[in-house]
Amino acid sequence: MTKRKDPICRASLEILERIEGKGPGNVFSRAGQIKPCPIGSGGNCCRLCAMGPCRVGEGKGQSPVGVCGATTETIVARNFARMVASGTAAHSDHAREVVQTLLATARGQAPGFTIRDAQRLKSLALELGLEPSEKDPLKLAELVGECLLAEFGRQDGELWFAGRAPERRQALWRELNITPRGIDREVVELLHRTHMGVDQDAAHLTRQSMRTALADGWGGSMIASQLQDVLFGSPTPLRSRVNLGVLSEDRVNIVIHGHEPLLPEVIVALAYDPAWNEKAKAAGAAGINVVGICCTANELLMRRGVPVAGSFLQQELAISTGAVEVMVVDVQCVMQGLAGVAACHHTNLVTTSEKANIPGALHCPFTPENAAAQAAEIVELAIENFKRRGEVYIPPYELNLVTGFTHDSVRYILGGTYRGGYRPLVDNVVNGRIKGICAMVGCTNPRIRAGEMHAQVVRELIANDVLVLSTGCAAINCAKEGLLVPEAAEMAGPGLREVCEAVGIPPVLHFGSCVDNSRLLEAACTLVQAGGLGDLSELPVVGCAPEWVSEKAIAIGQYFVASGIPVGLGVAFPTSGSTSFTEYLGRAMEDEVGAGWFYESTAAGMADRIIGIIDQRRRRLGIEKGRERVLFDMEMRRKLDV
Amino acid sequence: MSRIIASAAIRGAHRLVGQAEAALGEALERYGGSSPVAFPNTGYYLPVIYGLTGRRVEVLDDLLPVLDEARRLLPPVPSERVWLPYLGPTLDAGVATLFTDEIIEALKYLGPDCPYGSARDADRLWLGAADDAVLRQRGIEFVDGTAPGFAACVGAAPDAATAVRIARECQEKNLYVLLSAGTDGKSMAEQLASAGVQLGWETRLVPFGKDVTATIFALGFAARVALSFGGVSAGDARRLLDYCRNRVFAFVLALGEVDDEKYAQAAGALNFGFPVVADTDIPEILPSGICMYEHVVSNVPHDRIVSRAAEVRGLKLAVSKMDLPVAYGPAFEGESVRKKDMYVEAGGQRTPGFELVRTAETGEVEDGRIEVIGPDVDGVEDGARLALGIWIDVAGRKMQEDFEPVLERRIHYFINYAQGVWHMGQRDINWLRISREAFTAGFRLRHLGEILYSKLKSEFSSIVDRVQVRIVTDEQEVLSLREVARQYYTVRDARLAQLSDESVDTFYSCTLCQTFAPTHVCVVLPERVGLCGSVSWLDAKAAYEISPHGCNQPIPKRGVLDPEKGEWASCNEFIRDNSRGTIERTNFYTIMEYPLTSCGCFEAILSLVPEANGFLIVNREHSGMTPAGMTFSTMAGSIGGGVQTPGFMGIGKSYLASRKFIKGDGGLARIVWMPRDFKEQMRPVLTQRAEEEGLRADFVDKIADETVGIDVEAVLAFLEEKGHPALTLEPLF
Repeated sequence: MTKRKDPICRASLEILERIEGKGPGNVFSRAGQIKPCPIGSGGNCCRLCAMGPCRVGEGKGQSPVGVCGATTETIVARNFARMVASGTAAHSDHAREVVQTLLATARGQAPGFTIRDAQRLKSLALELGLEPSEKDPLKLAELVGECLLAEFGRQDGELWFAGRAPERRQALWRELNITPRGIDREVVELLHRTHMGVDQDAAHLTRQSMRTALADGWGGSMIASQLQDVLFGSPTPLRSRVNLGVLSEDRVNIVIHGHEPLLPEVIVALAYDPAWNEKAKAAGAAGINVVGICCTANELLMRRGVPVAGSFLQQELAISTGAVEVMVVDVQCVMQGLAGVAACHHTNLVTTSEKANIPGALHCPFTPENAAAQAAEIVELAIENFKRRGEVYIPPYELNLVTGFTHDSVRYILGGTYRGGYRPLVDNVVNGRIKGICAMVGCTNPRIRAGEMHAQVVRELIANDVLVLSTGCAAINCAKEGLLVPEAAEMAGPGLREVCEAVGIPPVLHFGSCVDNSRLLEAACTLVQAGGLGDLSELPVVGCAPEWVSEKAIAIGQYFVASGIPVGLGVAFPTSGSTSFTEYLGRAMEDEVGAGWFYESTAAGMADRIIGIIDQRRRRLGIEKGRERVLFDMEMRRKLDV
Repeated sequence: MSRIIASAAIRGAHRLVGQAEAALGEALERYGGSSPVAFPNTGYYLPVIYGLTGRRVEVLDDLLPVLDEARRLLPPVPSERVWLPYLGPTLDAGVATLFTDEIIEALKYLGPDCPYGSARDADRLWLGAADDAVLRQRGIEFVDGTAPGFAACVGAAPDAATAVRIARECQEKNLYVLLSAGTDGKSMAEQLASAGVQLGWETRLVPFGKDVTATIFALGFAARVALSFGGVSAGDARRLLDYCRNRVFAFVLALGEVDDEKYAQAAGALNFGFPVVADTDIPEILPSGICMYEHVVSNVPHDRIVSRAAEVRGLKLAVSKMDLPVAYGPAFEGESVRKKDMYVEAGGQRTPGFELVRTAETGEVEDGRIEVIGPDVDGVEDGARLALGIWIDVAGRKMQEDFEPVLERRIHYFINYAQGVWHMGQRDINWLRISREAFTAGFRLRHLGEILYSKLKSEFSSIVDRVQVRIVTDEQEVLSLREVARQYYTVRDARLAQLSDESVDTFYSCTLCQTFAPTHVCVVLPERVGLCGSVSWLDAKAAYEISPHGCNQPIPKRGVLDPEKGEWASCNEFIRDNSRGTIERTNFYTIMEYPLTSCGCFEAILSLVPEANGFLIVNREHSGMTPAGMTFSTMAGSIGGGVQTPGFMGIGKSYLASRKFIKGDGGLARIVWMPRDFKEQMRPVLTQRAEEEGLRADFVDKIADETVGIDVEAVLAFLEEKGHPALTLEPLF
């Protein structure tokens, strides 16, 4: 039996201690009981047809091919591709819900929703080549919604937002024939090509997995982020708090967990409404407290400052405090173990997606049309449930954080209304104060000491002057380590620290949820432009998901790599069953798209690798030593652009 | 730690906005919302507000939305812990500060107690807003490197001696010194004045105002450089600020304690890319981005503060160090030596004088030989007069006789650059004064020779190989040499008179002004001086010889497209390529169709008066209204920056003397209005030209001026009464 690996989070540890040996178990105890399947973890189990399942492999005594003759390399590549397809499907199906909600809002069918960022809507409309003279935001929203909804079913051409990539990157995609056409089409085609007996060339198959991933990053995810901004407002910097301590002893606790912020936004509006708080008081509570878990937490945090109770791994622990009246979940990363934990407490588990039923939970499917009524019902339920609270223990741990960083808000932060732009970031990368940028993304994993890899890698990176941008549960873990406050600049190297102090930012910038990784692409494109570069693959930028869990992380990684940004994984590498395919993902992809995948099992190794890649890219740019001060005479001034 | 700066700047901005609110409220109550408000003689309204927002503030009510904008920009003060990003918000607070500064300063001009005098008003120390005439007059210095930058000094030095030392160093480094605000009730301008330093635009030491809000005049000056020379449209804030960052090399010297209001000014200046260098121990902001390099550098000792600031700004200073007992640099050019301060003078029609640069055979010139013939200044009494002959022989393989006048004209500048030495006139009407201070410091006639020798050698290094200088004060010798010099002048004038657009096969470009006006291209013809009045065809030709890849390039005269309007294919091509493709065609002899563009530093403007079938000319010194319904400043505002504006054109004054003066439009006969002073100044030339053009000798008296009127009806009646020839010329349209 594997031993349970404890997370580094003290709040979680306290709860784990309290529930040790009691109740239905939890993700940590189960991870301790179940050994990861060695064949599955390397991707070398093919269960695509009934001639198998076939365990294949390169080791002694293993068959190198399956019953159909598929090689280990093909099988591993197919499994990897299927992860990309699934991850892309998840982000994109989320996006579809958002577009549909926008359309319903535009058509007046979604009470409870409105257009919060008309400016963003307008700029999107311009970008999409839509009627710029349309003044009515609702009409414009309908046009934008229809246009972007068509991106899902599009059969040919190129996705609109792929046009945001630098010209050279777009040309490369065309040359490799991997520019995404339609979001659904790429997913369907990839699933088809991984069916038994179709695409048997690992490299060829990987091209389609890149195209599919690009349909996520530059399609589904990007659509989701952009339209969520239109509906709920674009994030700007704000402060909040994180960890289980944000649950309230005396208020009605509603925990929102999952990924789509649609219904949650309406619930938050009610929870902040004084009238509803009065109702809660009538029920004996001091008011209503909404907090988040996982990526819905990130969404509500970025726009509303809603406190974060915890990461993906804390969902069961939050209920185990006994303080949660209602946990509202929708899609993705919702553990089936929740229902069992909820059953031990007074907590009502409410699932709100038509797509996701959980036995033992109250099913309350969301539609844009009924959101207002539904939200009211859920808040009512929570208030009603308050009086059934039993024993409560809320670990007294919570920390401050600063959030709200996006491509646009960073532009403002760096120069204000009149001088906004990425120039200060570019300048300080060029002069070496900032060595490079790392996108720290993905989940958190109980197979290792959860949170440790994030904390250690980030500490090492910032100490080496690498600015970290973080999303998803990785960002929540960083927040719990106190890395998302500006005071954390004290832990940074001298160069990064100076920049953080000049701008007033933390050394780790919270960029949002997992669909918000598309914001990182946007920011990277602006860096290319501001730096006078040609392509994303030139940037001293690296991505990593040291504690990845879900297939979405693989899709994200694949679209980063296909966009020219290398990505490292921790925990385990999903293609380790095939040496040749794993090498392909590293070196051959580097040749093809200018970036590859890598794996590092330790924090030190991961940080070293990231810094190594950044250094290498700096050398290629000729900025490894920073740039000398140039004094301008009249002749040189005439050549400066104005 | 820059959160301290951010917090202070934001607090300061809040306070200044409050002050502006109070001041505006009071002004509205006293004068009413429709009461006019303006800085004197500018076409750019309140220039920072106009430049950044496009708002034309004309009456008090116009200030209300500006104040609203300032309030909107004001961020909260960053918290002590878990603060939110403050760089962007602080810069916004800076802009709010600039808006409120400009409001507060503009309101000062309303009442009878305006603290600011004009440049000619000797009683008042503080000058307040620079008018457009100053800006345009100085334009050429900003582009050719004689004034590479601006030091905005805010506060006061610890003592007057230090203030003088900083000011002198800036002057020696050719920087303009813009003075505002004070520390503990003292100001740097007052410190300089108390030490007897001559202040004013002429000496590049400009006392703007004692309040901290007067710092806005420095930024208003920069904004107007962008608007007038840079072709930046008002309201295009981003371009204006980027322009200032990349073309206007200014920095702030914060002297003495930096309080919240000063930090707020600093935040405003940072928006323009102007860094702050302080002599006190304040926090620093070293990472670059908004400015070219560091943003705030502190604790710099006074003896290093100017050079450190230049480095921080990214400004390369070319300083020719000469071993002289006095300071030396273009900043001292405008400094005068008054009679009471004078030790000795020469020439000025009181004693015989002349100056000549002459080409000689290499064997005749001993390089570096400096002779003083006759008594030196230490051989005469205080207040004495001397005869003065300056005879310079030059030799060089690439030297041409045509270049002699070009070099000779530089004598005036080179001598004037010496502190305490003053020069005027040229040829045989030269006039020189040496101040008592310079004399006491050890200045002797030999130093004149050293100055001329080393400047000619360094500035004309590619055409001049050998230079020898004779400074003659022996009166008999001066008289006899003057006769020889006069023969040179006569021959030279005869040759110049033959020089015409037809007689040469090459014109020269001048793109010096692209330092500030990136799309403007001048073409200098023998019969058309550059519009700044500073670059003649010969100057340009010499400059090309000196620097073959420089701003003056030969344009072979090829492909005549229209001899009347003056259009050549080769010139069109050159201008198109060098105006970044913005100008396709140019006619040199008409202002009605594809006229030559203007950078902004023109000496005068020609403008269509359609009712009179002619043009008016207004010089930049004239601040009054014209029959075009616009002042010089307003017109200048719409034609600078390298754009073609048919019906309007910037010109050099001496273009009026050209046979090619708007030849394609009918020539001199089209001139219907000029300011009176200008007309009198130009009368001899105009009379001569009128006769040559077959107009009657009394033509000049047919030109209307402001005493006739500034409305078209009055001017027309006058022209009809006088029988002005323009009225009977072919219609311009």
